[in-house]
Order: sequence, then structure tokens, then C-alpha cells
Amino acid sequence: MPASPSSVTASGPAVAVSGLVMRYADKVAVDQLDLVVERRTITAVLGPNGAGKTTTLETCEGYRKAQAGTVRVLGLDPQSQRRDLLPRIGVMLQDGGAWSGVRAMEMLRHIARLHAEPLDVDVLGERLGLGDCGRTPYRRLSGGQQQRLKLALAVVGRPELVFVDEPTAGMDPAARRTTWELLQEMRADGVTVVLTTHHMDEAERLADQIHIIDRGRMIVSGSPLQLTRGGTSTIRLVVTKPFPEGAPDLLQAALGHRLEVRTISDVSLLITGPADSTTLATVSAWCEQHGVLPESLQLGQRNLEDVFLELTGRELVT
Amino acid sequence: MSTGLFTPRPGAAPLWRQVCAQASMESRLMLRNGEQLLLAVVIPVMVLIGGVEGAAHLDLSLSHRPIDEFAPGVLALAVMSTAFTSLAIATGFERRYGVIKRLGSSPLPRSGLLLGKVGALLLVELLQILVISVVALVMGWEPHPSLLAALVVIVAGTAAFASLGLFVAGVLRAEATLAAANLVYLLLMAGGAVVLPSSAYGAFGGVTRFLPSGALGDGLRRAFWSGEVPWSSLLVLVVWAGAGAALTARTFKWE
Repeated sequence: MPASPSSVTASGPAVAVSGLVMRYADKVAVDQLDLVVERRTITAVLGPNGAGKTTTLETCEGYRKAQAGTVRVLGLDPQSQRRDLLPRIGVMLQDGGAWSGVRAMEMLRHIARLHAEPLDVDVLGERLGLGDCGRTPYRRLSGGQQQRLKLALAVVGRPELVFVDEPTAGMDPAARRTTWELLQEMRADGVTVVLTTHHMDEAERLADQIHIIDRGRMIVSGSPLQLTRGGTSTIRLVVTKPFPEGAPDLLQAALGHRLEVRTISDVSLLITGPADSTTLATVSAWCEQHGVLPESLQLGQRNLEDVFLELTGRELVT
Repeated sequence: MSTGLFTPRPGAAPLWRQVCAQASMESRLMLRNGEQLLLAVVIPVMVLIGGVEGAAHLDLSLSHRPIDEFAPGVLALAVMSTAFTSLAIATGFERRYGVIKRLGSSPLPRSGLLLGKVGALLLVELLQILVISVVALVMGWEPHPSLLAALVVIVAGTAAFASLGLFVAGVLRAEATLAAANLVYLLLMAGGAVVLPSSAYGAFGGVTRFLPSGALGDGLRRAFWSGEVPWSSLLVLVVWAGAGAALTARTFKWE
């Protein structure tokens, strides 16, 4: 049955997850996670591999039952009200596929037929560059073509909400841009988009809200601007041999309280705050004084990589 | 409100339309695949021609003319190949390739997927029956059938073999399903009283009568020889279908 117009314009968040816990055998994949996604936004769930992103999404899609906590998607329980929910959402899975012998456009047409008022498959295929490989069997599509087809399958049913899991994995730069434009156009047309990624540039560029997840826990949420504090500068210092004991504290003292020094490892540290030309001079003087040789000294804008590094002490891209 | 290309208009198609789409998709894929087509049409036709030719030189102590023995038996073989072997292999690889997982987030419910599979089986079987019947009639087949009895036997046989095929696809990995489904097909073709009547197997015939292959073969032969309803064969097929469905319901995982 086509959804009534009232359900399309319904209020309340698109996704509301609270206290979600998911365990596999001996490992906790999701640990007391809270997540709220407002309608008509692009929300990025960012985190390293194994952070619990896919498990969280698959719970929202009704593939997995929440072991603790509550999950509501468009106000529905994805398990007990799955049949009502599924026609209203679009899903792009990381591991879901197609028959090996099915042709690309044939697959798209098939999924379109399962919906009440699907998009024009030729228009959508054209938008995602599937025109050239429309008659190619799925098994002979390149990785990037398979990704584009999977994205098309997720949006062809004109959903209110799409979950796209690592949408641009394996895509070339041109296809990534096409995908980003498509997701932005969907938001402008009133669709809610939830995407997972481990590319911070993708999250920073697309998302209205970013949730960073690590080891199954939400470590920080906010808009890209809030998270990067409006582009504070950072200095990353890596040296050739370990710092002498107590040296980072002396550097903090030398730089003053407006800048923050964080030790990342025994050979690297991160300085965050309003840096100026004297900051670099202070750092090199400190290096000389303690007999350490800089291997690299990088000045940049604070980005999501730095946020992740500061909060977890580890690099985002593993 | 302005409308763009992606303005939401969510909703599922009516279930019957989804089932038709699924049945048409799955039957097209079955017929596109070279090995499947071999199994579905080429091997049965070869068995029909070879069997009738061979029977001219061998004493198989058949009660009817060879073509009248072989034509219903080969129809039974064709049903078995599609409902059991093709279904098991296709379902095994659908699980492996994540097709079933992908369909799991579409509006198509599991019941619709199952109905679509049944529809695809019946479509392919219809095609097989047409091709094999035409070849058999050209070779001089003279059936005296009850078409209703034949239809009931075919449906019961399809149910029995499909439930067993899904059971195999549900408990084994895709490659193991491929091997097992082909092996069982070959064993039943040779020793399961499907192409030749159970009476041709001597003392072993008493056992083959109770196999789904023997029941399907004997049932179709009786339906095409005299037009009688083969109640005993039907009963055997229904019991197998019930057992297969119970096993599948307990063990099958879609993903």
C-alpha cells in the first residue's frame, strides 16, 4: 500500500536510538549507543573499521534485534513493525549483492517493480552512469559500478530515509563526486540520509551532523564546524627518537595556556589552538634545547582526523 | 511543496505484483544459465531419445511400449531437476551472494519471495513439459491421460522436491549444495525409479516406490497410461513434502 501523505510528513526524529547494546560471542560491538537523526538532514556516522557502524545501521534496518536499548526508525520498531518500515526506507548494504548473472539495469528495474511509485529507472541509471554497463551481468561490473548500482537500488523506491553504508568505497573520484551530489540533492528534496564512512573528508563535506563512533561508543557528535571548532590550527610534531621525560610539559609551559599540547606517542605530539609565527619558533627552540630532531612538523587546520586522534589517541584511518 | 526528482513517495507495490516480478525475474535467470538449461531440457530430451533407442536392444521387461514408458518418466525427471536441483543451487548461491539479504530490505516479504520461487518453478516446468511432450509425440507417444491427475502429481512432486531442495540449500554452503544437489539428481536418475518404473528394479523396486522420485515417476506413468488417479504415489509425495517442509522450517536461514 502506498504510504499516506501524513506518514511522509510526520514529525519526530527520523532515527532515535537509545542505550543500544550489541554483542557478538565475546566481543561488544555496540556499547550503550545513543543516536538521534533529524529529518531532512545528512548525518554521517564516522569511525574506524570495526567501530560498530554497520551493526548499528543493520539494527536500524531490522536485520538484527537490539540486545538492549530501544531503536525507533520513522517512529517504528524495525523488528516488530518491519513490514511497515521497509517500503519507506532505502538501504545500501556493504555486503548485500545481486544475482551473478543479472544485468545491471534489469536488477534496478526489478527492485523498482517491488515499489508503488518508483523513480524512472532510466533517469536514475543515467544519473549514476549505469547507461554504459546496463546490459553487463553483475559479476562483470567493476567494483565502482557495483557500488553505483547498489546506491541506485537503495533510492529507486523513493524512500523517506536512506541508510547508505560506505557508499563511496571503491569508487573513483568522479563517481564519488556524483554520489555526493546525488545525496545532497536527495536532502534538498526532503529525504533523510544516514551514511557511514571512514573518510573524514566525505563526512566533513556532506554532513549536517557527524557522530564519531569508536569501539561501539559514541565519542562525539556535532556539526562539522562545531567539531573542528571553526578551523583552529594544529601543529603535528613527529621526532626521530623519544622525547626526554617531562619535555612535553615544558613545551606546554613555553607555549602558554592558549595552546594545548597533547602527547600522541613517545615520538609524536599535537599542538592545538591559535598558532602564529612565534609558535613554530618556540617549538623549534624547544626541540633544540632537548636534543630532539624533528622528523616532520606539520601545520594545518584542525580537522576530523585530529578530533578523532585527540579523543582516542589513535589514528582514524587504519 | 516543490517536488524534485527524489521527493519521497514511498510504498510497496501490491503483493501479487511483487510476486509476479520475482517469479519472472527468477525464471529468466534460470533459463539464462547454460548449466541450468542443460539440466532442465537438454538432458531430459537426451534421456528420452537414448532410452527409447536403447530399449529396442535391451530387455527391460517393460509393460508398455518404450516411448509410453519413457515419456512420463522423463517428464518426472524434468520436474525433479527443476524443483530439486535447480532450486537448491539457485537458492544456495542467492544466500552466498547476498541476494536474499538485499531482498530482505526491499518491500518483498519472505512469503512473497517463496511464492515467487514457486511461480518461477512452475513457469520453467511448463516450458520443459511443452518441449518434452512435443519431442515425445513426434517420437510416437500415445498417452491416454487424465490431465488433472497428471497436474496433481506434478504439483505434489514439485512440492516434495522443492521442500527437500530448500532444506539442502539451507543447511549446506553454496558449493556443497551444488555438489549434493547434482549427486542426488544423478543417483535418483539412475536408481530412483524416475525414468524407468519401479517394477524394472526387481526386488529393489519395493524401496524405490517410496522414494519421491519413484512416486513421481510411477504416478505420472499411471496418470498417462490409463488416466487413473495414482493415490498411493500421491500419498508418498505428500508425506515427503510434509517431511521436507518440516525440516526446512526448522533449519532454513534466509541469510
